[in-house]
Amino acid sequence: MSLSAIGNSERPTTESLDKALEVYSTRHLVRRIVLLTLAMLAVVLVSLMLGRYTAWPSQIFQTIAEHFSASGILTDPKLDRALFNIRLPRIVVVVFVGMALSVAGASYQGMFKNPLVSPDLLGASAGASFGACLAMLMDLGNEFIQIFAFAGGLLAVLCVLGVNRAVRSDALLGLILGGILIGTLFSSGTSIIKLVADADDKLPAITFWLMGSFASITLRDMLLTVPLMVLGFVMLLSQRWNLNVLSFGEEEARSLGVNTRRTRFIVIFGATLLTACSVAIAGIIGWIGLVVPHLTRAIVGPNYRVLLPTTMLVGAIFLLIVDNFARLIYSVEIPIGLLTSILGVPFFAFIYRRNMKGW
Amino acid sequence: MATLLEVKGLTTGYGKKEVVHGIDFTVGNREFCCVIGANGCGKTTALKCVLGILPAFSGVILLEGANTADMTVRERAQHFAYIPQLHIPPFPFKVADVVLLGRTPYLQSSAGGATEHDKLVAWRSMDMLSIENLADREYTELSGGQQQLVLIARALAQEPDILVMDEPTASLDFGNQQLVLTRLRALSRSGMAVLMVTHDPDHALFCADKVVVMEDGKVIDQGSPSETINSDKLRRIYRTEVFVADVDVGAGYTQRTCIPLMDATLMDTRKG
Repeated sequence: MSLSAIGNSERPTTESLDKALEVYSTRHLVRRIVLLTLAMLAVVLVSLMLGRYTAWPSQIFQTIAEHFSASGILTDPKLDRALFNIRLPRIVVVVFVGMALSVAGASYQGMFKNPLVSPDLLGASAGASFGACLAMLMDLGNEFIQIFAFAGGLLAVLCVLGVNRAVRSDALLGLILGGILIGTLFSSGTSIIKLVADADDKLPAITFWLMGSFASITLRDMLLTVPLMVLGFVMLLSQRWNLNVLSFGEEEARSLGVNTRRTRFIVIFGATLLTACSVAIAGIIGWIGLVVPHLTRAIVGPNYRVLLPTTMLVGAIFLLIVDNFARLIYSVEIPIGLLTSILGVPFFAFIYRRNMKGW
Repeated sequence: MATLLEVKGLTTGYGKKEVVHGIDFTVGNREFCCVIGANGCGKTTALKCVLGILPAFSGVILLEGANTADMTVRERAQHFAYIPQLHIPPFPFKVADVVLLGRTPYLQSSAGGATEHDKLVAWRSMDMLSIENLADREYTELSGGQQQLVLIARALAQEPDILVMDEPTASLDFGNQQLVLTRLRALSRSGMAVLMVTHDPDHALFCADKVVVMEDGKVIDQGSPSETINSDKLRRIYRTEVFVADVDVGAGYTQRTCIPLMDATLMDTRKG
């Protein structure tokens, strides 16, 4: 039944339409998103400049232009190598991991109707850690560590889906319960590996890996991760309206015409892909997936249609800044997972005070 | 009155446990229908089945003659709008955004993309409930009555054939209950069919054109409020002493109301 059939709205439609469009105007949000995009480009540029071999923007632009020019003449081959073999892959991967963890965290917070949820809820990180440690214990090479980590993450979440099916309770409760059980199981597995690992070389390597780092990112890593992560982004972004609806609960979402099972499956698959990829390439980087979505809500509000793409920008900026500190603050790199936790806690307390009164 | 919704021989429940045992009732076009009954009588279960949240064990639910079992979730949401009990979502959505969610069953993409028409319909449903002045406020900071009106506006934005509600006034105070029920009554007067489950017979007396009385998973009576709600019936379904009276509320109007009675022995002690 159309509204005009039951309504008292006999007023001219143009006037109503103008008001409606004004209420739903997103002009103020667009301005903020443009600013954030510019901020991200600025941070990327600054990150390219900083390092053992500091360069000015003019040098960077010149080197990039020369790199892609047909002549192949380089005025500064050292900078060319630093940029294209080390800094650029690292910065691209940091940007993508920042985006991945933030968007996965924001999606889970909506799907589980809980602002305190982070992307490792369903055990993807625990599984990936276990996989990586197993590969290190078996003395496998770097690429196997990544493959094992990725597979471990997927396996853990598959197990959680299995538990959910077996307990057959409320869909969300079953998933959360499964996440706790399987997460604990895989963490125990990791502890066992640490226990039997050689305390002289393997144990420190494992411990260091678990703290997260972008120090050894190569061009190959970048080319491997980016397409997988793009797939994850597309999946999550495709559900961003439905995430609004899901945050009102299962029954309401269905009464609003959302196929909740399908949406949940896409969100879990996308978020797991992104989390497992992140852990495989950079180890455990905590707090980003919890803090950044809230930071973004403070900037553009909670509507997932805008929040989800914006949280990717904010996540990239946040992690890039932290990574710059990690590589520059001290002569030895500081594990980035430690820094994100140390920075994340006060940040979270601040945001909580400012805009979480509604909880 | 033409029949809009027809429930025939509906049996349903949770898992294998049968809760509703073959019920029949109808809701007419433009009719306000209340389902009353004690806690656990199966009224909410029956409602969930009508909404497609629970599957029917047997029986059919027809909407204008079409079997709702053949509808997709999306099609169903274009015909049935559900107004839940009040609850707080985890994020402070803007009122206008909450109402626009009612357009979900018409959107082309699960990523959103509401058209001008969708925004217009959402705005008009706020206008209809006189809450357009709340459009920019945060849903979470409104009063309970206002929040419930926002959910009703969201339901109207679905442009449904029928509004379906499960105790929409539970957890609201007396004034807010009246606010919400009055608006619902006005909506139904202007042509919207309503199916509402309530445990409070006074609410049924206040709004309903038709009352369906349920007991132990069966419909034991249906008809106009004055036919169905009387002392004997209420005493039977609620298992308590109650007196149903027609009260003169002034200006020549009478209103039927339910007065719960104390136990006879207590009445005696009060008399002294």
